[in-house]
Amino acid sequence: MSKNQILRITGILALLLLSVPVFVSAQNFLSGGQVNGNFQMDAQFYRTDSAIQAYSVPEKMMMNSWTNLTYNLGNFNAGMRFETYLNPVNGYDPRYKGAGVPYWFADYKSDQFQVTAGNIYEQFGSGMAFRTYEEHNLGYDNSLRGVRVKFTPVDGVEFKGIWGTQRYFWDQGAGIVRGGDVDFNLNRVIRHFESSKLKVQLGGSFVSKYQADETITDNDGNELILPLNVGITAGRVNLGYDNFSLATEYAYKINDPSALNNYIYRPGQSLLVTATYSKKGLGMMLQAKRIDNMSYKSKRTETGNVLDINYLPAITRQHTYSLAAMYPYATQPNGEMGVQGQVNYKIKKGTWLGGHYGTDIALNFSAIASPKYEMIDTIAISTPGTKGYESPFFAIGDELYYRDINLEIGHKFSKKFKGILTLMHEDYNIEVIEGHPGEEMVHANIAIADLTYKFTDTHSLRGEFQVLQTKQDDGSWLTGLLEYTIAPKWFFSVTDMYNYGNDDSDNRLHYPLVAVAYNNNANRIQVSYGKQREGIVCVGGVCRNVPASNGFTISITSSF
Amino acid sequence: MKKLLVLTLIFFAGAHLMAQEELKPQFKIPSVNITDVDGNKINTAELNNGGKPYIISFWATWCKPCIKELTTIADVYQDWQDETGIKLFAVSIDNSRSVAQVKPLVNGKNWDYKVLLDVNNEFKRAMNVNAVPHTFLVNSKGEVVWQHTSFSEGAELELIKLVRELVKTEETSK
Repeated sequence: MSKNQILRITGILALLLLSVPVFVSAQNFLSGGQVNGNFQMDAQFYRTDSAIQAYSVPEKMMMNSWTNLTYNLGNFNAGMRFETYLNPVNGYDPRYKGAGVPYWFADYKSDQFQVTAGNIYEQFGSGMAFRTYEEHNLGYDNSLRGVRVKFTPVDGVEFKGIWGTQRYFWDQGAGIVRGGDVDFNLNRVIRHFESSKLKVQLGGSFVSKYQADETITDNDGNELILPLNVGITAGRVNLGYDNFSLATEYAYKINDPSALNNYIYRPGQSLLVTATYSKKGLGMMLQAKRIDNMSYKSKRTETGNVLDINYLPAITRQHTYSLAAMYPYATQPNGEMGVQGQVNYKIKKGTWLGGHYGTDIALNFSAIASPKYEMIDTIAISTPGTKGYESPFFAIGDELYYRDINLEIGHKFSKKFKGILTLMHEDYNIEVIEGHPGEEMVHANIAIADLTYKFTDTHSLRGEFQVLQTKQDDGSWLTGLLEYTIAPKWFFSVTDMYNYGNDDSDNRLHYPLVAVAYNNNANRIQVSYGKQREGIVCVGGVCRNVPASNGFTISITSSF
Repeated sequence: MKKLLVLTLIFFAGAHLMAQEELKPQFKIPSVNITDVDGNKINTAELNNGGKPYIISFWATWCKPCIKELTTIADVYQDWQDETGIKLFAVSIDNSRSVAQVKPLVNGKNWDYKVLLDVNNEFKRAMNVNAVPHTFLVNSKGEVVWQHTSFSEGAELELIKLVRELVKTEETSK
């Protein structure tokens, strides 16, 4: 996009935004149409601190922002998002540089039909065949630009169809994606079944991508014959009975040689099974999955965090305390076998352990390992241009990728004082997950106390005390945080992360950070100053590597 | 410099829009299809509390302040309901990675809210939620009259104060 175009679009948008109040006051003219939206801006000012490998940038400051506007008039919806990355803050792909409107849509709904044109976010089943979404805090957006139709012939039956290309920074990906999904809620479809205790939902999807031929060679320089159309099929069954539920989804992809799977011709498969039992005061969940060669992108040569057509959920707990989140797991699309279990229990109030207010307990366990890989004849595993390998469906391989057992106890001691204690052990295969060959598996023990004391109804002090002990990677860490809040408007916090266990005593560094936030209804401004370590930030299943930084950060968000 | 100017303009245009008086109708709840925890389809435009105001709170299983907010309100929810008749819809934005944890967590914590699942964040986008927790107070006509992001200890007192005010205004105007 040329500079002129960018300026023109910016100008048009500014005009649009400024004229919005006019629209709003002329509501009668639009007979009830309404405009609302939101805004987010993150700006960073960088200073050099060579000790933590944080560096200043020639621009001094960098900024990302997103402005969403939606228009709604009865069954008609339209919206757009204006994005600026001038230049993209560190950690974002530099290809985002620029400003413009990468997202817009118009949507009309009637009783049976819904049609959408423009950029589309949609998900079939659990997403193993198709999911487009955005997580702008991670710089992730794989929206489909094209059309979508939904059709509900009778209550409980829904057909969906999508057709388009995917966002690739300021461009569109090379491949065309087409697909359909059908969902039956049998309790709605079949009469007399409505009041049954047994709940049954069935669904199925088919998605296909097309990409023109290109020249890709195997190790001997022979040109590969590439499939131009690659299909993926998925089926799902969700059952519920009383307090039990069982959800199963299976997906199968035909051979799809790509840069991610090293151009092998093996078909892909995945299975996800989730069982839950819950009643008041007790919840339990057990999950198992297998993923084998399931990366599915609308461009063969792509290896980055873009152009994903499907979504493979990681079945590990998403931690948010900084030290618990230091080693986050990310799904290995080429293959993994995993289980996860969780129990939530409330010890009743008035009992010895429950005390006056009751005690919340959560126990979570997950383990992920490689599938079992077997060579075909004497061909090395995943040799380009071959079928790759063989792998018995239910066999677990030798290599552990990740294991996490964590216990969380929440207790309110009095009206003024409450706390959450977290204990955790994790094993993290840094070699596979972060792609650092030769590095040792990280074994870490973590303990976190999160305590809150209320001075008055609106003044309170929260302290977080975290310790992570490990002999591997950068060694052990301590984190302390104090946060004073005056509800509902003010937050003040001081944090320090201290790498006290680093093998190299010169690298036993502190990362202090102070932050102030002001919050007024749905508007918030936050300013922070200090150092941040290099690390992985994850939201909703995607992770982004954030480089170390030293300096100011200003974040503004508002919804209107 | 020009770009900075344009950006400033955009920001103030936005800020101008935000400067609304408290408890004045801002917008009607848009129509989006999401599901309840048992997989039944729910049209968000049809959410209601039998002619009374209600609260919509966006949250996620991995969001600590959200869990704190909902746990804090859970302790006083029965009192709030008895006094004002308010109802809270807790809309989880967990995706397929963690959505299976929602029902066990809600039951495990003994929450009495009506829990809804917005797995691909369609309702979140339609409501222009930036981050969770984000709480909306909705009047009996299905119009948002107040919204708030983030949670700090004691913020629930502001919420119930506004609920009381809204219930009172609606009763006197009947």
